[in-house]
Amino acid sequence: MNPSSSSTPRRSDGATRDSSNPRKNSNKPKYSRFTQQELPACKPILTPAWVITAYMLVAVVFIPIGLASLSASESVVEIVDRYDVECIPEHLRVDKVAYIRSSETKKTCTRSLSVPKHMKAPVYVYYQLDNFYQNHRRYVKSRSDKQLRYKSKEHDTSSCDPESTTSNGSPITPCGLIAWSLFNDTYKFSLAAKALDVNKKNIAWKSDKDHKFGRDVYPKNFQSGGLIGGGKLDASIPLSEQEDLIVWMRTAALPTFRKLYGKIEADLEPDDKLTVVIENNYNTYSFGGKKKLVLSTTSWIGGKNDFVGIAYLTIGGLCLFLAIGFAVLHLLCPRNLGDPSYLSWNRDAAARPTKL
Amino acid sequence: MKRIVYINDESCQDLYCDNRVSNRKYTLLNFLPKNLWEQFRRFMNQYFLLIACLQLWSLITPVNPASTWGPLIIIFAVSATKEAWDDYNRYLSDKQANEKEVWVVKNGVRKHIQAQDICVGNVVWLRENDEVPCDLVLIGTSEPQGTCYVETAALDGETDLKTRVIPPTCVGLDSEQLHRIKGVIECPNPDKDIRRFVANMRLFPPFIDNDICPLTINNTLLQSCYLRNTEWACGVAVYTGNETKLGMSRGIPEPKLTAMDAMIDKLTGAIFLFQIVVVVVLGFAGNVWKDTEARKQWYVKYPEEGPWYELLVIPLRFELLCSIMIPISIKVSLDLMKSLYAKFIDWDEDMFDAETKTPAHAANTAISEDLGQVEYILTDKTGTLTENRMIFKRCCINGIFFGNESGDALEDVELLNAVANNIPHVIRFLTVMTLCNTVIPIKSKSGAISYKAQSQDEDALVKAAAQLHMVLIGKNGNIIVEVFAEINFNGSILQYEVLDILEFTSDRKRMSMVVKDCQTGKIFLLSKGADEAIFPCSNSGQQIRTFMDAVEQYAQLGLRTLCLGWRELKEDEYIEWSHMFKEASSTLVDREWRLAEVCQRLEHDLEILGVTAIEDRLQDGVPETIEILRKAGINFWMLTGDKQSTAIQIALLCNFISSEPKGQLLFINGKTEDEVARSLERVLLTMRITTSEPKELAFVVDGWALEIILKQYKEAFTELAILSRTAICCRVTPSQKAQLVELLKSCDYRTLAIGDGGNDVRMIQQADIGVGISGREGLQAARAADYSIGKFRFLKRLILVHGRYSYNRTAFLSQYSFYKSLLICFIQIIFSFLSGISGTSLFNSVSLMAYNVFYTSIPVLTVVLDKDLSERTVMQHPQILIYCQAGRLLNPSTFAGWFGRSVYHAIVVFLITIHAYADEKSEMEELSMVALSGCIWLQAFVVTLEMNSFTILQILAIWGNFVAFYVINFIVSSIPSAGMYTIMFRLCTQPSYWITMVLIVALGMGPVLALRYFRYTYRPSAINILQQAERSRGPIYSLGMLESQLKSVEKDVASLSINQPKSRSSVYEPLLSDSPTATRRSIGPSAFDFFQSMPSRISSSYMRNCKDN
Repeated sequence: MNPSSSSTPRRSDGATRDSSNPRKNSNKPKYSRFTQQELPACKPILTPAWVITAYMLVAVVFIPIGLASLSASESVVEIVDRYDVECIPEHLRVDKVAYIRSSETKKTCTRSLSVPKHMKAPVYVYYQLDNFYQNHRRYVKSRSDKQLRYKSKEHDTSSCDPESTTSNGSPITPCGLIAWSLFNDTYKFSLAAKALDVNKKNIAWKSDKDHKFGRDVYPKNFQSGGLIGGGKLDASIPLSEQEDLIVWMRTAALPTFRKLYGKIEADLEPDDKLTVVIENNYNTYSFGGKKKLVLSTTSWIGGKNDFVGIAYLTIGGLCLFLAIGFAVLHLLCPRNLGDPSYLSWNRDAAARPTKL
Repeated sequence: MKRIVYINDESCQDLYCDNRVSNRKYTLLNFLPKNLWEQFRRFMNQYFLLIACLQLWSLITPVNPASTWGPLIIIFAVSATKEAWDDYNRYLSDKQANEKEVWVVKNGVRKHIQAQDICVGNVVWLRENDEVPCDLVLIGTSEPQGTCYVETAALDGETDLKTRVIPPTCVGLDSEQLHRIKGVIECPNPDKDIRRFVANMRLFPPFIDNDICPLTINNTLLQSCYLRNTEWACGVAVYTGNETKLGMSRGIPEPKLTAMDAMIDKLTGAIFLFQIVVVVVLGFAGNVWKDTEARKQWYVKYPEEGPWYELLVIPLRFELLCSIMIPISIKVSLDLMKSLYAKFIDWDEDMFDAETKTPAHAANTAISEDLGQVEYILTDKTGTLTENRMIFKRCCINGIFFGNESGDALEDVELLNAVANNIPHVIRFLTVMTLCNTVIPIKSKSGAISYKAQSQDEDALVKAAAQLHMVLIGKNGNIIVEVFAEINFNGSILQYEVLDILEFTSDRKRMSMVVKDCQTGKIFLLSKGADEAIFPCSNSGQQIRTFMDAVEQYAQLGLRTLCLGWRELKEDEYIEWSHMFKEASSTLVDREWRLAEVCQRLEHDLEILGVTAIEDRLQDGVPETIEILRKAGINFWMLTGDKQSTAIQIALLCNFISSEPKGQLLFINGKTEDEVARSLERVLLTMRITTSEPKELAFVVDGWALEIILKQYKEAFTELAILSRTAICCRVTPSQKAQLVELLKSCDYRTLAIGDGGNDVRMIQQADIGVGISGREGLQAARAADYSIGKFRFLKRLILVHGRYSYNRTAFLSQYSFYKSLLICFIQIIFSFLSGISGTSLFNSVSLMAYNVFYTSIPVLTVVLDKDLSERTVMQHPQILIYCQAGRLLNPSTFAGWFGRSVYHAIVVFLITIHAYADEKSEMEELSMVALSGCIWLQAFVVTLEMNSFTILQILAIWGNFVAFYVINFIVSSIPSAGMYTIMFRLCTQPSYWITMVLIVALGMGPVLALRYFRYTYRPSAINILQQAERSRGPIYSLGMLESQLKSVEKDVASLSINQPKSRSSVYEPLLSDSPTATRRSIGPSAFDFFQSMPSRISSSYMRNCKDN
């Protein structure tokens, strides 16, 4: 903004006369640039040159970044398979909720996925839930961080309602709705009849494992009540090792979210046929939520997300347009900046009844 | 009710409070409850307390209650600390006063005790230069005549010495007797009137007689005065502690509310309503969603049957979520800013008056913004526009004019010759000048004589006479009984015995003295007074034509005139009159009226000796100041007690009105109601017709007509007040001044009253802003005022620089505070649509609290250094003040702009965040931190864009705050137990985080900048134009060539002084025939802002609408 450092010159009337003959007077305000509001200041103003350059600069910077992020996003290979409907036998689809609730029905289902492009290891396996409100006020608060961390805080379940204690009053570990509703679908991958290992180690944040979930806290009374929510936990493994739980407990901020299931530590070649055996246990049918299995590689900007790239390109384009527009406007009707004749009181009042 | 005080009686001292002075508002015990009570009287605080209490209910609170309690407690602590500090300082000064040692008689022995132990009835002894510790009735002094001198500056601000006398019954008591004196004083209950004390005293035997002796204010020594020029004095304590006259008059003035505060309150109210609407709508939607959708979401586990208050839970959650819409920090920020504005005024070197060594002072720290919105200035004349330093300039003795050529009679050779030649008329004239006054000459040790005078005019006369070799060298003797005045004339000492003083009152408008020439034994009556008071008393045989001409001529030059007269009294006439006079002066009923009547009997058949003309010079820079402020669109009214012709002359001299043909004076006068009504009607008619003319109309009204108008024709006068930019009201009383202020205020105008004397106090207190000039008439006005300045010319700086900057800064700060609160609130609201309308907070408690209290409050506080235009530019283009006056920077439409911006920014931040952080990245803590960072980034750019000038402090605050945000979050992110442990570190290592931030800023600021640039360049406001002009070619001097302006005014004055008597007789109406275009000037320095000349002046409400555009 055309910064021009101009220290305001001291006015020559009065003040300088006073200060030229130093008189001992306690009444007299002490001179300092701050108290006299005369600190040197730079007063940038919006000149056409500056504004046009600024928009131009933004355009020049944004378009390459947009292209880069778009290409990064394009380089990510992603396989998305929605299986919530397909995995229910056709004759049972009338009442999906009954199917999923029943302990009799067979929940296993097999899906085959084809790899469109080369996928470089590691390939991340996500499950995606739609219309699932992990951010619901009632849900998001229903946990006890202290209990998860410290063995001694086992009874610290006051915030976990309505899933804090069993019916006989002994505390549930881990308590709360979030843990209770743990996602429990499982996936088994095989490539050309050969099992493909899914690495489920280190899918949770290291900081969570080290500092948020206790090494000496073991599941207790979990899913023992009348109503079974989601997955169960092995009571012999400490919480800090229950990585699925830790991932699940990192609540999502949006109703559509993906959570890491595991990593496939092998490259996938184009046209590979992947077979997935899904244990379809989790109930999203009662609220019409979708379940998707996602395999994705990653890039410097993360997973497949065209938004940033497109937004950058759009804004870059708009800025370019604005810069050109302002330049043309400036050439067509140049304005003499700061012409006092524009001042309303210098105009003839009657001739131009405009507003200021 | 009466108070009975027994002198020196130890037994009944407990009836009244002791002399402990306490100005404290609080004690240690009641501080907390009382202070909290005071604070909770504000609506905003009640609101925040309610919110904070609601947050304690964990079922509905979206965030930790600490996020509201923290700031609330900080805010309360800050206010309470400030109060406590003030109170502690008051306590210290009280303590100092209370523990001062004084001499008091106890059981007949003089003892040293602390001032706080004085009881009513004690006899207190004072020495020279002692401060009077409580209100005393004087009973003895070191002077044989029973007088003493006191300086009352601390009480009423008057710097001259006042004489106090002991009551007659106490005359002649020696100090031994005074130790044992017994008696009773009957006095009224404590009040705050420092000019009245109606009491009487009776001494018990063996002291003389037990006659009742009346006491007046002249027999008292009031608390906080100083004893001067008197070795000792003693008095009986009658009022002590907080019941003294000073203590009673101490009061907490009504807090004034600025127009801006009112507007901010209004906007707060609007936001509050908006919030209620949002809460109701979202609460309803939330309940619907809960009953339809949430029941299906099994993992939420809603119970089938909720408690009875279930329906309320979601709305209350939203209420808490939206409570941040009203920024908790705004009050504190504003208070902080306002006290800085006041400090800037105190510190301003350019408003330091080197002559009297007084800096400007803002006694009221809360109303600086109003200075920028002043529409009417009501000014006193004497001492405000003029210096109130009287200088004897001309005189007319026996028909001969002196000083007309040179302009200074003291240098007029003819007068000097006349004095040297002992021309009898001249000598008599000088004798009256020297003697007929109440001036007290004080001889210093070196022999030089200085004069203490209550009236500046008398001082001027005595000094002038001294220069003409007639020096008043001493007055001694009891004021009551007899005075010997000595004058030194050309080396020979003349002695006069002052027999009686016929005091000056504002009704009589003259004073007289009866003196006896000690050489010849002849008795003379010497009189001096206003022309209309003296001429009727003149000797019928004398030709007073020349004197009347002289008075007229002098008045037209703006000089103050006094007429002097004398008469020789016959011995028996005097003796006869003297009896009547003594009788009248000892009456208890209607004493003043009786005295006036008696005086009248003596004051007749005077021989007029001559006329003196005293100049009261205009203060430096008054015409320029008025010129500039009028250009700024401020209307001036002059309210003076002086006479019409003098007032008009001064008005012309200081650019107040223009002479013909540019300006026109319309007179409203008349003695009867009908005359006044007709006159008013005629003026109003002229005014209506000529409003579209660029002619400066002013009306002149005198006190008498005003009295009638304010009683009977208030509506017509109100219309006139709206139409007229200028008015001169002469011969008005203090209460009329206050009434006029009230009238303008009732028309919804912002008024500023400026004055210097005690007669302006009421007007100053009444006005929206009172400005006092710490002048020669004392500090009374300055004490009552919100601002005190040393000279009138500082007013332009006070208004145009301080007032304007304050307004601009507050306008920005307040709207910005709402903007940032709304921004975060809207993000929460949008988020609630993605969280099942359940009232989840996207942001954690720490972030929310820190956002309001630190991240967004601190950088914007540096707006206190922001200057949109340099001081010099503002002074050159005072018209720019219209932006503040009309409130164009803070009104519902500008506020709507900020509101819209906050909605837009909230959408930008939220949409970009959820799209960039979708799918696998949509972790709650991360997403909320991304959104918060987005807000912080935007804040920094918004503040940068909205500020006009950047000093190092601003740059540090804005970007330092930005860095501080990251530092604070890094620190919080490294605490393992914190919810956002490691979050900030994770984000900062992701390229997509930085890309998202840049995207938010670009999309958020791009359109704002484009719009701003477009407006700035193609639809610039006057401020923008001047900013550009400032940059492109430095200061511009296109307007106001002040010097040439001044010269032309001087010429106008000269021409008008001849024409004036003619134009006074009737209303001059040639304008009616002029074609409207003939006199219109296209561009000119004194062409007002067209707003002022628009017909819309008729209706103030319409006017306001225009201003709001």
